[in-house]
Amino acid sequence: MSSQELQVQEKREVEKKQESTVPTRAFLPATDIFESADALTIVMEMAGVDKKNLDVNVEDGILTVEGRLDFSKYEGMQPVYTEYNIGHYRRSFSLSSKIDQDRISAQMQDGVLTLLLPKAEEAKPRRISVV
Amino acid sequence: MVGRYDALDALFNFQRALEARLESDWLRGGTTGTGAFPTINVFQQGDSLVAILEVPGVSKGDLDIQAKDNSIRISGKKTVGYPENVSVHRRERLSGRFDRTLTVPMQINADGIKAEYRDGVLALFIPRADSDKPRSISIN
Repeated sequence: MSSQELQVQEKREVEKKQESTVPTRAFLPATDIFESADALTIVMEMAGVDKKNLDVNVEDGILTVEGRLDFSKYEGMQPVYTEYNIGHYRRSFSLSSKIDQDRISAQMQDGVLTLLLPKAEEAKPRRISVV
Repeated sequence: MVGRYDALDALFNFQRALEARLESDWLRGGTTGTGAFPTINVFQQGDSLVAILEVPGVSKGDLDIQAKDNSIRISGKKTVGYPENVSVHRRERLSGRFDRTLTVPMQINADGIKAEYRDGVLALFIPRADSDKPRSISIN
C-alpha cells in the first residue's frame, strides 16, 4: 500500500445548506470511518488545526466536527506561488448507531483527528442464543 | 469581539490572495510536477521565502528534507492503517510515498534553511543568500 506514489487529494469545499454570513471558505476534511463491535472511529485530516481549535458536537444523531485554522501565522507573508487554499474545516455525519456521548474521546496528531465514539449499551450487538 | 471580525476579514482577503496566485508563473516550472503531492505554497516574508506544505498524517520521522544550491527536495511516506476486525465504512485518506523538488528562482542560503513541522503542516524558512541581496551603490 505505502509503496505506491502518493497523489494529491483536491480539497473539497463545504457545500452549504444555508448561506453563511461570512464569506470565508471552509473545507471538508478527508475522512475515514470504521466500526468495531463497541465503537465507531472517525479519522479526519485537518492540516494546521491545533487541538484547542477543535469543536466536536453530537446533537440529534448528527456529529459535527469543526476545526479552525490559526491564521495569525500567515501574518506578514506575501504569496508568490500557491497550489492550495487554506481555510477552516467543517464536516457533519449522521450517525446510524446510538453513541454514548459522554464517552467520546478525541486525539489529535500531525494534523489528523481521531475520534472514538463508543456505542451506547443498547446499540451494541447482542448474541442471541437459539434454544 | 472586534478582533474576531478583523480576523475573518483577514482570512477572506488572504484566501483571495492565494486564489489570485494560483496561476502565477513565478517558479517557471521550478517544481517537479505541479499537482504532485504534497502541494506547496510559497510566500515572501521580508528577505526570506517561506514554503508551506500540507502533509497531514505524516509523522516527523517519515519526512526527509535535503537542500542543494537553490533546490529543496522533500520526500517521505504517509501510512494509513486500520485496526483488525473493523468494518470500514468510508475510506478517503490516501497513503503512499512522495518525493518532490522545489527550485526557487533566486540564490538561497541552503545552510540557513530551517524546517518546522506542526499539526501536519511543514514550513520551510528559506533565507535569501547575502550575495543575492541588492546592494545600494553610492555615487562618487
